[in-house]
Amino acid sequence: MASDVTRHTLSVLVENKPGVLARVASLFSRRAFNIDSLAVGPTENPDVSRMTIVVAVTGLPLEQVTKQLNKLVNVLKIVELDPDSAVQRELVLVKVRTDAQNRSHVLETVSLFRAKVVDVAQDAVTVEATGAPEKLAALISMLEPYGIREIVQSGMVALSRGGRAISSAEPRLRPIDRTA
Amino acid sequence: MTDATPTAGIPMTGAESLVRSLEDVGAEVVFGIPGGAILPAYDPLLDARSLRHILVRHEQGAGHAATGYAQATGKVGVCMATSGPGATNLVTPIADAYMDSVPLVAITGQVPSMSIGTDAFQEADICGITMPITKHNFLVQHAEDIPGVIAAAFHIASTGRPGPVLVDIPKDVLQAQTTFVWTGEVDLPGYRPNLKPHGKQVREAAKLIAAARRPVLYVGGGVLKARAAEELRRLAELTGIPVVTTLMARGAFPDSHRQHIGMPGMHGGVTAVTAMQKADLLIALGARFDDRVTGRLSTFAPDAKIIHADVDPAEIGKNRTADVPIVGDAKAVIADLCDAVRAEFADGHRADLTGWWQRLDSWRETYPLGYENPEDGSLAPQYVISRLSELVGPEAIYVAGVGQHQMWASQFISYEHPYTWLNSGGLGTMGYAVPAAMGAQVGRPDATVWAIDGDGCFQMTNQELATCAIEGIPIKVALINNGSLGMVRQWQTLFYEGRYSNTNLGTRRFIPDFVKLADALGCAAMRCEKAEDVDATISKAMAINDQPVVVDFVVGQDAMVWPMVAAGASNDEIMAARDLRPSFDNPEAV
Repeated sequence: MASDVTRHTLSVLVENKPGVLARVASLFSRRAFNIDSLAVGPTENPDVSRMTIVVAVTGLPLEQVTKQLNKLVNVLKIVELDPDSAVQRELVLVKVRTDAQNRSHVLETVSLFRAKVVDVAQDAVTVEATGAPEKLAALISMLEPYGIREIVQSGMVALSRGGRAISSAEPRLRPIDRTA
Repeated sequence: MTDATPTAGIPMTGAESLVRSLEDVGAEVVFGIPGGAILPAYDPLLDARSLRHILVRHEQGAGHAATGYAQATGKVGVCMATSGPGATNLVTPIADAYMDSVPLVAITGQVPSMSIGTDAFQEADICGITMPITKHNFLVQHAEDIPGVIAAAFHIASTGRPGPVLVDIPKDVLQAQTTFVWTGEVDLPGYRPNLKPHGKQVREAAKLIAAARRPVLYVGGGVLKARAAEELRRLAELTGIPVVTTLMARGAFPDSHRQHIGMPGMHGGVTAVTAMQKADLLIALGARFDDRVTGRLSTFAPDAKIIHADVDPAEIGKNRTADVPIVGDAKAVIADLCDAVRAEFADGHRADLTGWWQRLDSWRETYPLGYENPEDGSLAPQYVISRLSELVGPEAIYVAGVGQHQMWASQFISYEHPYTWLNSGGLGTMGYAVPAAMGAQVGRPDATVWAIDGDGCFQMTNQELATCAIEGIPIKVALINNGSLGMVRQWQTLFYEGRYSNTNLGTRRFIPDFVKLADALGCAAMRCEKAEDVDATISKAMAINDQPVVVDFVVGQDAMVWPMVAAGASNDEIMAARDLRPSFDNPEAV
């Protein structure tokens, strides 16, 4: 991985309208910005959806990404979440090969990570875990020796810590002359 | 927009609602072609009270005509097409309008809602296709949404940084019964253009302006979009700072003004290009540091601080970091700058620009724009265009295609007024001229409109001359016919050892014979091949006002556009003419 890559987590409020995801995705590909992960879901307001976008930025500054996003008519607000002051979570489902000998070891690992088993078969268990990306990576590396049959992982979702909500936060990434 | 009164619940079809909405939003003219999916909208168009529909010959013509109309009038241009190929034929003009920030609303029919996604006859996902080339687009799902969507489309197209908006309406939505309510209100919580500049930034800018010893006002198309030519003149005269007008801004500041030092860029004047290279401050107003202006970015204006004012925050810092960014409408920014600069001057801060002007004047004197007559005795295209400027004058509107003739038209016509120069700057769309001139003439029926077109461009869109002839749109076309794709040929001459691959159009063999072609399209047509006939031919063309005119100026094919900065080269390497590299650095530095 190139050393000048930086990762940023953007929380984006968008109008809940058809085609919004396509607009955001199209903008990222058109302007050659790399999306590491993307999660979209409803919010407390049925007219508004929230996207959490982890973007890998090389060369071009993040500012250009957020300015272009801000130009989309359906985008309401963008806030960059600082990893140190935000709760970041991903969900992973892992199907691990098991047999009578090693099943208890697998279950022990699962409980160490406070993950849980959501399906059991003769030759496999399916494990569900949530957490920050580092924790999930550690879990997966611990399960790897038993044989991983498949993995599915969600995009990251994140919220800032503390009492403030994005809808009340200063739109930090709005036009630059306000921050200058 | 008109101040039409809200009308409570009149029962009508979606199609009728569309036509009513267009009338209430203030649209006067629609350029378009009917077809299956849009057909319901064409029936109420027949009864429209204040909306004229002009039937074009190709949807691309409709799009460029709407663009020309918008560029010439400042109003939103409207075009209409059916689904599928009708809509995809609008893609080029929509992309063109996006690049040049033209307020355009394109209305397309779509296959019925139930058929969307089934590869139905004449189905194309035009919203998906135009997503990256529109400011916004709408797929209308309910007939009752039509008035609100039309109001929003016009609002988005015309405010902030203008741009094209596409409204796609399925046939069943046009046919559905609805009740029409016009409020003219728009509800766009995610769309709030920043028009008012930040006072602190303006004061910072004024400080730099007052202190700069080699400043240049770098004026782009945004100044015209904001209708800020008056304010620009006040700022220029208040400060005494030299002005360059980009290809998109020609006419924003009078060419004859002493402070106008020309057009910057790849084919800009030596003085304008060099002034920016040597400047200690660039005041960019509604300009976007396009690659055709900056040349190699890393060596562009190396000593200049940058004040960058634009209504689009994403332009600021995109290509060149701004020392003082100002987000705002150019009209408001320039007016505020005038006040702030006046305050700086009143405090006794004002750098002396005498030395700077001495240098500029010496460059102007040494490297004026010019051309040589072709050695083979053929007609010089630059001469034709210079005579047009002289005989037709600065009140006319000039509309160019793309290529050599466009550059000569930007160089050798004197622009004195805003909105008298229309061209395809950003996208570089060959074929723009004839339909855009048609649209400009519709918007400005009393103006003389000259399309200056090349023989390559002309063969892409000349079918709209039939529209002009039938609809009574008396544009004039000066065809700069050099028998080839001239700009490409010029590059082949300079960079491909004169290997002319596929640039000879054969028009020297009169295929087509443009006089016969123009005659067949219902135009007055004439040909001019000699310098001594140019004036008389132009006068003859000027005397015809009841039909379109095409003049086939047969010119030499070896003429080249100079000055030139080769693609990717530094602006320091500008060539005033072939093998003529200006030398500047006499050490009388300011």
